[in-house]
Amino acid sequence: MPSRIEVLNDGGYRSDGRRQHELRDITLDLSVRGQADGSAMISQGLTQVLVTVFGPREAKNRSQTIHNRANVNVEVNIAAFSSGERRKRSKNDKRILEFAAAIKATFEPVIQVLQQDGGLLSASINATTLALITAGISLFDYVCAVSAGVHAMHPLLDLSTLEENDVPYLTVAVMPRTGKVTLVTLETRLHADRFQEIFRLACEAGEVVHKEMRRAVMVRTGALVHALEIGIPAGGAIKRDVDDDDEMRID
Amino acid sequence: MIPGFPDALASSPFDNLPQCQSIEAKRPENHFEVKFEFEFSANWSSRTSIRSAMVEITIRKRPRTDTVTTQLLRERYLRDDVPCGIDGCSACILPIPSSSASATVPIPLHDSSTHAHAHYPQGHILLPDTNVFLHQMDLLESPLFTPPILLLQTVLEEVRHRSLPLYSRLLALVKSGSEDDEKRVWVFYNEFRTETAVIREEGESPNDRNDRSIRKGVAWYNTHIAQTHPPMRAQKNPKIPVVVLLTNDAENRRHAEAEGITCDSVRTYVEGTKNANQLLDLLSAAGEDHFIEPTRASARATLYSDYLPQASLIAGVKAGDLHQGHFNANPYNYLEGNVPVPAFTKPVLLIGRENMNRAVQGDVVVVEVFDEKEWKAPGDAVVEQASTQRNDDPDESEEEDNDDTAFTEKREQSTLERESAHAKPLPEKQPTGRIVGVIKRTWRAYVCHIDRTSLASGATTSLSLQTVFAQPVSRALPRIRLRTRQAPTLLGQKILVSIDRWDVGSRYPEGHFVRALGVAESKEAEQESLLLEYEVPYRPFGKAILECLPKEGEQWVVPPKNTVLPEWRDREDLRGLTICSIDPPGCQDIDDALHARQLPNGNIEAGVHIADVSHFVLPDNPMDSEAASRGTTVYLVDKRIDMLPSLLGTNLCSLRPHVERLAFSVIWELSPEAEIVNVRFMKSVIASKAAFTYEEAQVRKDDPHQQDELTQSIRLLNSLARKLKAGRMEAGALNLASPEVKIHLDSSESSDPIDVEQKELRETNSLVEEFMLLANISVARKIQETFPQTAVLRRHLPPPRTNFEKLQDILKKRKGMTLDVSSSGALAASLDKCIDSNEPAFNTLVRIMATRCMLSAEYFCSGSVGRDTFGHYGLASPIYTHFTSPIRRYADVLAHRQLAAAINYTPLHASLHSKSVVERVLGVVNRRHRMAQMAGRASVEFYVGLALKARGQRAGREVEVREEAFVIRTFRNGLGVLGLEGLVMFKRETKFDAENYTITIPVPKGKGKAADVTISVFDKVTVRISVEKDKNTQRGTVKMTLVAPVDSTGL
Repeated sequence: MPSRIEVLNDGGYRSDGRRQHELRDITLDLSVRGQADGSAMISQGLTQVLVTVFGPREAKNRSQTIHNRANVNVEVNIAAFSSGERRKRSKNDKRILEFAAAIKATFEPVIQVLQQDGGLLSASINATTLALITAGISLFDYVCAVSAGVHAMHPLLDLSTLEENDVPYLTVAVMPRTGKVTLVTLETRLHADRFQEIFRLACEAGEVVHKEMRRAVMVRTGALVHALEIGIPAGGAIKRDVDDDDEMRID
Repeated sequence: MIPGFPDALASSPFDNLPQCQSIEAKRPENHFEVKFEFEFSANWSSRTSIRSAMVEITIRKRPRTDTVTTQLLRERYLRDDVPCGIDGCSACILPIPSSSASATVPIPLHDSSTHAHAHYPQGHILLPDTNVFLHQMDLLESPLFTPPILLLQTVLEEVRHRSLPLYSRLLALVKSGSEDDEKRVWVFYNEFRTETAVIREEGESPNDRNDRSIRKGVAWYNTHIAQTHPPMRAQKNPKIPVVVLLTNDAENRRHAEAEGITCDSVRTYVEGTKNANQLLDLLSAAGEDHFIEPTRASARATLYSDYLPQASLIAGVKAGDLHQGHFNANPYNYLEGNVPVPAFTKPVLLIGRENMNRAVQGDVVVVEVFDEKEWKAPGDAVVEQASTQRNDDPDESEEEDNDDTAFTEKREQSTLERESAHAKPLPEKQPTGRIVGVIKRTWRAYVCHIDRTSLASGATTSLSLQTVFAQPVSRALPRIRLRTRQAPTLLGQKILVSIDRWDVGSRYPEGHFVRALGVAESKEAEQESLLLEYEVPYRPFGKAILECLPKEGEQWVVPPKNTVLPEWRDREDLRGLTICSIDPPGCQDIDDALHARQLPNGNIEAGVHIADVSHFVLPDNPMDSEAASRGTTVYLVDKRIDMLPSLLGTNLCSLRPHVERLAFSVIWELSPEAEIVNVRFMKSVIASKAAFTYEEAQVRKDDPHQQDELTQSIRLLNSLARKLKAGRMEAGALNLASPEVKIHLDSSESSDPIDVEQKELRETNSLVEEFMLLANISVARKIQETFPQTAVLRRHLPPPRTNFEKLQDILKKRKGMTLDVSSSGALAASLDKCIDSNEPAFNTLVRIMATRCMLSAEYFCSGSVGRDTFGHYGLASPIYTHFTSPIRRYADVLAHRQLAAAINYTPLHASLHSKSVVERVLGVVNRRHRMAQMAGRASVEFYVGLALKARGQRAGREVEVREEAFVIRTFRNGLGVLGLEGLVMFKRETKFDAENYTITIPVPKGKGKAADVTISVFDKVTVRISVEKDKNTQRGTVKMTLVAPVDSTGL
């Protein structure tokens, strides 16, 4: 019995009308939220993640202090209303802890998942990168993540939840400038022969995402500089700027 | 507001909505005016243009609670680059049709100027709606129906959800279009195109939404064509084809007309085509109720009870009140059927037309079981449909109280009553019940004859529309009512009829004519009808499949040895070995060859070499998928339907003598006692030294003058085979028998059968068999070890004890013998004891009957069943697979691939790592295998009939054909005999003793000494065999009458 959803139909379209190598539309919002030092909200299709960075600051207790490098705390909240099934996850949920660990391994902060429709980890990583940048923390490079899967013999990029349920997929985080890969996760079984192809595809797609992220940062920085020049309180001006979608259009 | 949360959610009006109401919200435009470009590889070069995205939210409410529990949020990306598929469009980028491209590239539709239609002189393109595809697939598939067809995605999806078999037929139709073929189907993904995407409105049903979507598609096409086909100056009257909406839904047509869309009903459209007369017959009766006069039968009293609603059926089955299963009609008694259900050990019996309630063989039905008081035993008489219902009128309309109909009812009633009167308190009472609903119909097209008597008298030449009966060839099917204009021409032909519906008011199902197969009894028609009846795919291999063959074709040879070449990589050179093949005479697809030689250490090296089919058939190409769907080669008496193109089967893969061929070898080192010391698997290159028939090999082996290497090798193999067989028998393998006959054909051209004889088995048959078994077992162990989850294995489950009960009882009562069925070994031992000193054939007879009690062997995926059920009961082997005939069985091809991966020759293809894929493929192969066996048997049966006829007429005059046969079953009014299998029927009353399996026939006093003759199961009788043609159905049937011990003519 075939599944109810055709992942890839004969015309080469996926269930949501995309072709194999098309990403979902990405909206990046770098406005400052609350008292956070930096924040970013990413909408990738219907997946929406808000990341806020607090710090850098002193460790809460001395035992945690490490002298030669930073200590990263990651806190993940997944809104109960975020997915199809309404479900409250406790903070100590194994799945969330693992998720947090994955991000911590890449880097850190507080993540609020508002909506999920596949590619949660990749969206979170991208948002985290941006949040760190807005927090003014110096980074080697952008960390850009994309999920990629394979249906029969056809590789797909940026999967939605429907597709994630049906096909094996992996999430790859790359640092485009240095060409390093900081994270590869694979929770499903994937044939070894397919891995290379998908992995390479995901790395290339990472660079496309990088371009979008860079543009968003440039726009925001531009707006900040502009605000400084004319002396308007930064927060207000930026907020208006960023909320205007025309500015943020990814073209 | 957070983008991504449409306003609809915030002001949630959902509490008032019914369950499963779906709302689609379109995001505010400015949010999603996103153009996203992402160009990637060279093979994907067309410009992407996604215009906007829509979000669909489905809210599902759990019953009984008020809280919204499930939301489904889905995006849909709308684009401008979905091509319209009409040739010469200036706006859309169409795929360039080229013969070199793979078959998956669709071909654009042509302007249909050649398909002149009375209503559309300027050319037209059809756009049928979902129901047309669901009900009129036969029309659309007909080669006479040629207009170009547009298939909307909306329609495609709807067909997919409604019926998977129709969906696959539709896909086949879409793919069948070729360059030179007029008929083409273009799939337009309307839901992804900006202009044609439709969002369901509040309060709109999904059906209405789909209808609206289809209408929008038609409207768009018409404007699109007008815009993109600008009038050329040279042409005065630009011919712009019109897109016609084809729908049988009057409501939809009214809407369409209001919107100014050209539309037509299927019937009126077909009436305007050139081939209207032939095509009209193909129209299905279903889905036309709206405008044809309502079936007149509906005015009559209903004959059947209505089905329960689907929901209560499912609930009933869940609660255990009702039972679900496949309906089996009783081929001997059309008023009886049964449904095996898991809740009872015996199947649920259904007696009488009302209780069978319109079920057709194979349907998935739900039954209600009566109280135990009302349980009955199955009838023991043969009731033929044709004789009881002879006088039924197909046009059940003339009178309300049709005399004939009433008569039929009375006849049936009396048959049933007689039946129940005879039903003494028998121990074999079965759960009895009635059908209350049908979960799934498994209707397909059936091979039928037109019933001559159902033709209106005097109308045997008229071309007027009339209703006739079609009698299916299969005895398990009811007669089908058919409306046709071609009745007189179809008389005496085999035709294909498909069932459309079966109303409560109609005694018979209604169907429509699909196509004629040819004159009954002609070999071509019989052959094709056989293939259709057993669903054997017999179409010639398509172009895409033939393109997968090696380019050298017949000239392909194994290249000279060079390890760099792919042919020689990791292959062992076994060309020096003395290898030969032993097969039946005339075998062209030789897939196995053998060798044996003495080793210096006293052991023996024996090798089995199997054609390396997996070298040519690569996974996941068109040839592989075709082979997977064919599953097996089907052998009919005079025809072979290949699984693989014959270039491979009979040439490149076939291990012919004196040529080099690629092989997959299994080589054992065996001790002189035939114990395995060591086994190796390898890809190899061999050169067979000879191809023997069983007979030739036998003669060679037995001839003491022959001392050459080949003969030595055969002798060595033979001595090993005997030891292997002895070992197997000791382990409890069964020596089963099935009546196999061999048909002698006169010559290859005329293929007239001249004689029939029982197949002879030689020692060399057993030689080949033993080594094939050994190879299969060794391979099974290896692949199971390497791929414990997905190994392709074959098993034979031990039969449930109850299957043997009847046979045990008969044996005990008639012969005083017992059958120990506790294990295969015990069964084999007790079968050996079933010997009647007076009757040497008795043992074989019991073996045949025992074989019929067993289950059939099946392929399975090792990860899907418990380890303890792997065993092969018949062979008494703990593990088994099929490896030795990859040319004719697909399971062997899979085993080859797995073994190749197990010896690290190639990596295993991804699909063979997936349990679900292996399971699905093996499911198909199992089914095909079963069907192929039945088709083969039916073909033999047909030729046996022809041969008997020929034997009867050989001397130029009618000669009686007499055969000896054994009684295997007794009915109240007949005997089942086996020799040539058949049925002897008595018209007169006989005394029937069901408990002792005897039947007593009164002999008329006039003929000498008057004594009643008692015949019981296992008795040897002499039967007269004649082929009689049924006057009505033109079906030639073998008719048997008793000659000895009593002449039953006139009885």
